[in-house]
Formats: sequence, structure tokens, C-alpha cells
Amino acid sequence: MKIRVWINQKEYQDEIAPDTLLLDYLRAKGCYSVKRGCDTSNCGLCTVWLEGKPVLSCSVLAVRAENQHVVTLEGMQEEATRFGTLLAQEGADQCGFCSPGFIMTVIAMKKELDHPTEEDVKAYLAGNLCRCTGYMGQMRAIKRYLEVE
Amino acid sequence: MKAVNQAIPKIDSMALVTGKPVYTEDLAPANCLVVKVLRSPHAFARILDIDTRAAIKLPGIACVLTHKEAPKHRFTVAGQSYPELSPYDHLILDEYVRYVGDAVAIVAGETESIVNRALRLLKVSYEVLEPVLDFTKAMDHPSVIHPEEDYENMVEIGSDRFHNLVSSEGFEHGDVDRELAESDLVIDREYHTRANAQAMMETFRTYTYYDHNSRLNVVSSTQVPFHVRRILARALGISASEVRVIKPRIGGGFGAKQSVVSEIFPALVTFITKKPAKILFDRYETFSSSNSRHEMQIRVRIGASKEGAIRAIEVNTLSNTGAYGEHGPTTVGLSGHKPLPIYNQANAFRFQSKVVYSNTMPGGAFRGYGATQGFFAVETAINELAAQLGMDPIALREKNMVRVGERMPAYYGEVLSSSALDRCLVRGKELIGWKEAFPSRLVSPTKVRGLGMAMAMQGSGISFVDTASAEVRLHDNGYYTLQIGATDMGTGCDTILAQMAADSLGCDLHQIIVHGVDTDNSPYDTGSYASSTTYVTGNAVIKACAQLVEQIKEAGAELLELSKQAVEFDGDRVFSLQEGKEISLNELAQRLVFGSNRVLSGTAAHSSPISPPPFMTGFAEVEVDLETGKVDLIQYVGVVDCGTVINKNLARLQAEGGIVQGIGMALFEDIQYNERGRMINNSFMQYKLPSRLDAGTVMVEFEESYEPSGPFGAKSVGEIVVNTPCPAIAQAVYHATGVWVRDLPITPEKILRELRETR
Repeated sequence: MKIRVWINQKEYQDEIAPDTLLLDYLRAKGCYSVKRGCDTSNCGLCTVWLEGKPVLSCSVLAVRAENQHVVTLEGMQEEATRFGTLLAQEGADQCGFCSPGFIMTVIAMKKELDHPTEEDVKAYLAGNLCRCTGYMGQMRAIKRYLEVE
Repeated sequence: MKAVNQAIPKIDSMALVTGKPVYTEDLAPANCLVVKVLRSPHAFARILDIDTRAAIKLPGIACVLTHKEAPKHRFTVAGQSYPELSPYDHLILDEYVRYVGDAVAIVAGETESIVNRALRLLKVSYEVLEPVLDFTKAMDHPSVIHPEEDYENMVEIGSDRFHNLVSSEGFEHGDVDRELAESDLVIDREYHTRANAQAMMETFRTYTYYDHNSRLNVVSSTQVPFHVRRILARALGISASEVRVIKPRIGGGFGAKQSVVSEIFPALVTFITKKPAKILFDRYETFSSSNSRHEMQIRVRIGASKEGAIRAIEVNTLSNTGAYGEHGPTTVGLSGHKPLPIYNQANAFRFQSKVVYSNTMPGGAFRGYGATQGFFAVETAINELAAQLGMDPIALREKNMVRVGERMPAYYGEVLSSSALDRCLVRGKELIGWKEAFPSRLVSPTKVRGLGMAMAMQGSGISFVDTASAEVRLHDNGYYTLQIGATDMGTGCDTILAQMAADSLGCDLHQIIVHGVDTDNSPYDTGSYASSTTYVTGNAVIKACAQLVEQIKEAGAELLELSKQAVEFDGDRVFSLQEGKEISLNELAQRLVFGSNRVLSGTAAHSSPISPPPFMTGFAEVEVDLETGKVDLIQYVGVVDCGTVINKNLARLQAEGGIVQGIGMALFEDIQYNERGRMINNSFMQYKLPSRLDAGTVMVEFEESYEPSGPFGAKSVGEIVVNTPCPAIAQAVYHATGVWVRDLPITPEKILRELRETR
């Protein structure tokens, strides 16, 4: 079926199979930051924004994005660099495979929550798994990021 | 030192945090055939027939491969130095399937959906055999898992495969029986550690193609490119010179990618069809068709005087290697060789081990590599001894632990050349608030907090075996390339090796361009495992840089028309103060590509006759709900002696990450099978990884020692950090509840059951 969707502000019109997942559609469009880490909506690696809200692109059909705006890390380079630099300064990027989805969620959290506590941050990000860092370095980077503005 | 011992971001960081396409899947060409594997539904069966006719007829299907088409060269998938200690018990596709999830057939086609359809059309008839599902009964079981005639051991490892015994080994120092008989107190306990999934975020993946020279190129998420090259060549029956392996960025490994897991399938497809091919394991497949931490049953006996002087320790390990023997004979050794030497004041040690096959997913390498299992058993037994003696567990350790300058009979007779273990104990005790909170305190009518601790060591590479080489080359712009065969899998080894090179050459970090790994270009390295990279590859980098410095001085002296002895090199220029002459590195580099007969390049290899142990102490505070048995980790303190800390951030992250993996192993992680041998928790929905809600507060500090044989005084840090949480948390739970849980993970059910039984 035919869809029209905006990815990182650019309009696309495509003929796709009805069961195409947003994750696969985005990768096919060259958004390689979007990673698949599981098959059960548990890891958070594939997080993108749909109409400004973080969603797991593995659990959204591409057709659900019809006439909507999708943002991936490719469309968020400036903010990704800002937070990513803080993450790197903690050494908390490590393998980096969970970073895009994690960073998309962190930026969404900053937009959504006003002065979150450490517990708020943990709860908001509970769905973003990381096997390398043990989460502490990520938290140090988030604290500095929230302090900045 | 300008770069070493600093907190420097990883040199590849910005590409990773901005989501650049740098991983295997991102780089695979669009025209790759999609490769998938049909998996066995049976734990043990012989394939009688595979009807591929309907599948092969589907438009877009390139090939359907069964054991009939696959090469018959038996090999091990273990990424170890040749000759491997792991048995040659694998074929790419075999007539027998030996666990649920074992490979039955390979299908390659143009799209994923067509390949999925073809997989559903394959008709396989099996002769189902009686599986061995309880590894403790494997040796007496009537089923023989590996009866094949071409089974081969490269090295004598004490095997008896017709009794499902992969290997057996042991050692004894002193007279254990006499010491135990004369001890005031003997602790005799059995512990059980479970199979755990490495669960790196990037699943297994590989793509393959033939290049313009008709050579098989393999781009793969692997920790061991050179081993992959050798193993693939053997499995396919071709020369290793026909195979090239490239490692891009890797999304974590933790040992899982120290085995050839995904490479063999697209390699065979490309070998047969000559077309590019790729395979991406999904998460289910990664859980149930790869490898895990070896499940072990470990009996520990400790004899001590009533004053707490340990006289003898005996460790007896039975390890479950699952359906294939990769890493089985080697991991088990660490369950004895790592925990025993730390109690060096004992008079006698004995270690005995057996590794057995069963029809479950194979074990493999997972951070800690058997030491983690051994430390849970021995450190818990030590903690049980402290409880029986009524002695502070820290004091008990201080009385019995190894000190610098001592020969360690249980550690291949090595002499301990560096240790800050004593300081790690003192500092950890302060940080956790041991004096105030030991052993436990009631925080509500139903909740108790308890403290626990443990200590551990690991090695720094495999002595006499691991071999790393490095090449550092001066370019015409005054920059250097550092070629390494060590594999950065997110740990940051490209960065720490560049730091070492920068300080060795007296230049800025940004003047070093790190390149790895491509087996056609990179110098040989056994790969990133066994806590070897910092120590072994680091030493190779230092040697290569020292060679290059000599060459720079020689070339500079020639241009200055001085003798080599008369000049110095400070990183920026070659000069002689006495003669008042100098030439900058830039100018020198330029002159070397203009009518020159010189190339400046240092290449060196390093192997070590010793494996100096890093040390660590871990302290846990848990809160146990006595009504539900639920355990919350409140805080964890880790104090690490890895010698000189090369990169303060990256070492800290290694420690924090390793501790949280250990917390997962202690409290949640447990690969389980049903009565037919099917893994029942093969997803993140069912297999619990620690999330950020489960990790409590983890605090890490370093107590540096200086290892004389290490690069800039460094030892390893990668694996040591996973070893303390299991025993420390087990003791903290005991202090909170009075219950020892000796069978991991420490679940609410086990705590409640024990509590009810003791009441």
C-alpha cells in the first residue's frame, strides 16, 4: 500500500507491504541509527519520535506513520552531539549500539519532564537496556545534561 | 605521561553517539542474499531426510543447504589459539542435531520473506533420540552425544567421549587430606551456578562476499578475526590465505563473539553461490542458538584452625558444556586456578574438574570465563567459614591472602609482582560503611538490610599463549597510524592503545590514527579475550613505538649529518643541543617521501610468560523483604587494582558495567529449559537483564599498584570486575536473613523456602 510520511522533515511517498514495521522502513530509507535489539519490545534500541513522542519503531507499523512526522537520530544531530559529548566524556557510550535509542529517549525526557529527580529519570528510561555500562555513567551524563540549561 | 592515566573520551565516540552507520548490518551491501537457518526442534535427533524440493522451487531462493551439501571437515567454533584445547566436534551442518536450536539447514534468498517461506516448506524427518538433559547424570547416560568417527582432540585433555566426558584435569599442591584431617574446622559445601546469556545489544551478524581477487571476504561482529579466518578456512576446506576477515564497530561481545557463531552460514552460502550473503541473528536465535556461560556445580572444602588460619582448600568442579565442547576444557580450569591462589597462606590446594556434554545449548566464553563461577563458590565458602568462626570476613581474608613477592603454587608457580589488594579491602570497608552497618540492621518491621563482601582476581592474558602484535608507521604529514589486531568491541581498546602510543612517541593523541581489524592488513593478534588487550597488546604497542623512535632518530641524525648517538627525539623534532641542530618531525616525514630509500615503521609482537593478576574487592548492601523474599540491591562498592589505570573513565565504566552484569547473575539471570530440552526464556521478555531500576547505586574506586611487566604499570580490568557480586550479595542476603543460597540466582522463592525450612 501507499504511504506518505515525513522523516526528519523530508517527505517520502512509498509503496510498502502492509506489515512493514516502521523500524525496517526507516532503515530502508537510510536511517541506520535505528537499531533492532530484540523482538519483544523490551530493549529500547529502536526508539524514534512519532509526532514528537518516543515510540518503539519495532512495534509500530510503517502505515501508522501515514501523514505523520518521524524523527530519528539522523534528524537530531545537534542535540545528539550535545548530549553525546557528555556521554562520551563519561566513557558511557561504550559499544554505542544502544546509544541512538537511548539518546532519543533522553532528549524526549528533557522536553517532557520539568526538573526530573533521579528516580523520575530512571523510571522514564527503564525501557532502555544497556549491557555495557551498568547505567551509572549514563546517569552522570544525564545529570550534567539537565544542569546545562 | 600526557595521555595515559587520563579520562579521555573514546576516539570513536562521536560516530557512535550520533548514530553513524558503522556496524556490520549498516555496512552490508544491498544486494546480499538473506541467509537464515532452520533450527532443530529436538534436543537430540538424527536427520533421516530433508525434503528441499518445494523450498528450492520458490522464485528468489538461491540455495538450500543441508548436511549433504556442507563440507565435512570437523572443527571447533572456539576462538582460541591453535592447537585449540576445545575438541573438534562441529560441522557447519551435521547429520545429528544435539540441542533444540542446533542448525538443520541453511536457506538463502533475495528477501527475508521469501526465505521465511522457504524455511516453512522444508520437510525434515528425524529419528528422535533420548537426550541428556541433566548434566550431573551425563557420564552414566546411555546416550552418547558425540559418537562420530571423525571427532578429534588436538591436545590430550583427559576426555572419554563415549561417556560424554569432554575433559578432566586437576592439580594438587601439598597434602590436602592431611591438612583437612588436622583442621579444627572443615567447611564442605556444594554450589551451583547457572548458564547466563551474554546478551550484548548487537546480536550475531556477518556478511560475506568474493572480492576482485576471488577471495572470501567476511565482515563480522567478532572478537577474534584471526581465529575466524583460520576456523572458516578449516570448516570450508580451503586455505586461510583465501579468507579475509574484517571487524567493523562491534555492539558488545562479553565473550559470546569469541566463538564462530554466525560466520559459518553466510560464508558457506557465498562459497557455494559466489554471491554476497548476510545473516542477522534475531534475539531468540541469539539466546537459544549460540553459547552462554557454562553452568557449573562446584564442591568446596576448606580446612582452617579456630584462629582462622586456612590450611587447605579443595575445589571440585563439574561443568556443563552443553552440546558442543567449545571453551569447555578451558573455562573449567579458571574455576580453580583463579580463586585458589588468592588464599596463598594455605599449605595445600587441590583442584579437580570434569567437563561433560549434555543436549543443551553449548557453553562458551562469558566475561570471567569460569573464574566467576569459581569465585562464587570459594568466596561464599570463605564467608561461611567466617560465619562459623564468628570472625569478621575481612579480617579472615587479611589473615590468609596473597602478598607481593610470594610464589603462588595454585597459579602456575608465578610470583606476585604487584598487588593493592590490602588497600582495596580497607577502602571498600570505608566506602560501604562496614563498621556502622555490619552485619545487618532492621529498616522496617519486615525489611532487613545486610552487608556482604568478597574479593577476586583474574589474569592479564594467557601466559605463553596469547600473542599480540602492533605496527606503528610514520606518515608524510607527521601523523602515525597504529595498526592493531586487537578488537575494540566497545571497551575502548583502540583508544587506550592510542594513549599508550601517544605517550611512547611523545605526541598528541590526535596524531595517532588507529586501524583495526582487517586480517589482510592488521598485524596478528589472538583477539580481545582473556583480559589480554591492555596488558599483552599494550606491551606490543610500546615495543613497536620504541622501534620507531629509534628509526626516527636514525633518519633525523642522517639528515642533520650527525651520529644517531648525538641526537634526541622529543616527539616534535630530532635535535642536538650540543650541535645546535634540529629537524622537525613534519620536515623529516616530508623528506622521507621525496627521493628517499627509507620507510619508518615499527612492528613488534608480545607474548608474556606470566599473567599478572588484577585484584578487586566488592561490597554489597541489600535490602530483603522477609515477607516476600524480594532482594533489592541498595548499593555496591567495587575497589579495583588493575595496576596503572590507563584511562580513568573507560576503566571505571568497565568496572561499573561488569558489576551490574554480576548483579544480574546473582539475582536474576538463569537460562532455563523445559522437560524436552527447549529453552523457555529466550527473549528479554522472559530472561531478565538488570535494568537501571535494578542496579542500585554502584560506586567504583581504584587503588593502583604498579605492575613492573605491564605497559605503563598496567594490568587487565575487563573480566575481574564481574567476579565479586555473586558471593558478596549471597553473604549480604545471609546477613539479612540467616539463609545461605548456594544455588544461583538468589531468587525470592529460594530465600523464602530456606527461611521456612529453618524456622
